[in-house]
Amino acid sequence: MALKFTEDHEWVLLEGDVATIGVSNYAQEQLGDVVFVEVPEVGADLAKGEELAVVESVKAASEVYAPIGGEVIEVNTELEDSPTLVNEEPTGGGWFAKIKVTDSSDLDELMDEAAYKSYVEGLDE
Amino acid sequence: MLNKQGRPTQPAESSTEIGQGSETYSGNKGLNLESPLIFEQGLDGRIGVDMAEPKQVESRLGSIARKNPIGLPDLSEPQVLRHFVRLSRQNYAIDSGFYPLGSCTMKHNPRINEKVARLAGLGDLHPMQPTSTVQGALELIDSLAHWLKTITGMPAVAMSPAAGAHGELCGVMAIRAAHEAKGEARTRILVPESAHGTNPATAALCGYKVDAVPAREDGRMDLDAFAEKLGPDVAGVMLTNPNTCGLFESDVKKIAGMVHEIGAYFYCDGANLNAILGRTRPGDLGVDAMHINLHKTFSTPHGGGGPGSGPVVLSDALSAFAPVPFITHGDNGFDLVEHQEGQAEKSFGRMKGYHGQMGMFIRALAYMQSHGSDGLRQIAEDAVLNANYIRVGLDDLMRSPFEGICMHEALFDDSSLKGTGVTTLDLAKALIDEGYHPMTMYFPLVVHGAMLIEPTESESRQTLDQFIGTMRYLLEKAKAGETEMFEQAPRFAPRRRLDETGAARHPVLRWVPETDEEEEKLSQAS
Repeated sequence: MALKFTEDHEWVLLEGDVATIGVSNYAQEQLGDVVFVEVPEVGADLAKGEELAVVESVKAASEVYAPIGGEVIEVNTELEDSPTLVNEEPTGGGWFAKIKVTDSSDLDELMDEAAYKSYVEGLDE
Repeated sequence: MLNKQGRPTQPAESSTEIGQGSETYSGNKGLNLESPLIFEQGLDGRIGVDMAEPKQVESRLGSIARKNPIGLPDLSEPQVLRHFVRLSRQNYAIDSGFYPLGSCTMKHNPRINEKVARLAGLGDLHPMQPTSTVQGALELIDSLAHWLKTITGMPAVAMSPAAGAHGELCGVMAIRAAHEAKGEARTRILVPESAHGTNPATAALCGYKVDAVPAREDGRMDLDAFAEKLGPDVAGVMLTNPNTCGLFESDVKKIAGMVHEIGAYFYCDGANLNAILGRTRPGDLGVDAMHINLHKTFSTPHGGGGPGSGPVVLSDALSAFAPVPFITHGDNGFDLVEHQEGQAEKSFGRMKGYHGQMGMFIRALAYMQSHGSDGLRQIAEDAVLNANYIRVGLDDLMRSPFEGICMHEALFDDSSLKGTGVTTLDLAKALIDEGYHPMTMYFPLVVHGAMLIEPTESESRQTLDQFIGTMRYLLEKAKAGETEMFEQAPRFAPRRRLDETGAARHPVLRWVPETDEEEEKLSQAS
């Protein structure tokens, strides 16, 4: 399964019924140095579009919304001590949370990597 | 210790770090003197004054009498003096060096202002004196109001707002009162992305929905997007002009026309008035309300040096809703209208105790009168000239996101640092080592890694040349890969990088003596 992207620059990786969520490379570039990430609590039930995390960078604090609904089953505790993982490995070690997905059809409207790439290029023009 | 960005928080400890050999036994470094917290300096029974034993009186406090000690440290007078003098020497101020903080207009505070403010007839006034005994003070406020109205070309001014954001609140409350008087419940306020950050906060505080208008490629508000957002539910627009990109919103009259056509009002953020002083009158641009930062444009101290003051000029359409108090000319001289009746029947009420920041009124009027109208005009010219001098002095090494001449502040993005590993923040910290207060950084948000430099008209060409030279030196070092001096910066400040996130997330607001904790543990153990 490949990464899927939202217009708000979150990414989702669905493996079985577990979705890993983070922000894209474009998002971390725009944010600048990340200094703090507030992740949700394990066990929290999130609806699609609800606040999943807050990312604080040297520039601003921004909310990250859940691109897909479900129960939070794991959060990335490494971000507490190393928030810059979001800058260094946005689509790898900088993930925020894993969600047990209730309805995977939420993912259908998201962009694949190629579509997201051209979407981002459009923003930079 | 390193902070969350991997930068050191304490003075260099190991000899391998930059600044080696700078450690001392006392912790002081020459004139850079350490001072423990004042609470840590207290010694029971130490006292700075010799006072007679109080007479024994029976306490009438009963059950509300305090049972625990209040915890103030016992100190001698020289201890207190040294503590605060040492702290003051660790401060950076416009009186000690160049302070190019964009959007803040940190200009010189002329000493004649201070002299006038300390005249006995002004310095010893009390706001509760009867008006018959303070006719001179009221005349002073009235004269300042006259100057502000003349400079801005506006018919009315509310003097009481205490600072810029308070002035915005005053303006938007007047706009809301005007709509309510017409029986209209409008819900939206349009705020361009190039506006000051306080503008959307003000609109939200007044209960409006904030609708952001994007900027065009040239850094000005996108007129087409603006036109699309206009509608019968729009109460007004809050435009900063010149905007936070340091650019004059050249469509400002058109914008005013479009706003008025739908029955809405035009709020202009006047924080950047310094750039157009004596050159353009906001009244001629169709502005309905605009605050004036006396503590920026008119040189009264700020940034910890004194209270702000934000009078708001108002158009005929809004003047009836101005807050009380205001000054009138009566049969017996000047008088104050303090209640929402008679002339002030439509006033939206009172925003502040007493009559405004009198001390700042005095200083601002002294500044205006000592400059005269020709001098005020030259302020704007020199402020714009100085900003452009910096822009041109750096434009081969740094990128301006918007082409052309700027107003009173020069804006750069961080594309020149791309690939160096040095960030805008690192560059700002390196400027501290060079003895400068850093520029405004990461603002405006529409520019990546923004650096906003406002030199003001106070600075000489020599100061600007030295600053440009410093910036060029740092940029060349960064581009040459000499990043350690940036990663370590600030090396020469009393403290290194602070864990700002930790301080915001887990603030320690109260000092607790360490010994008490130990004693407590001991007593609990026994």
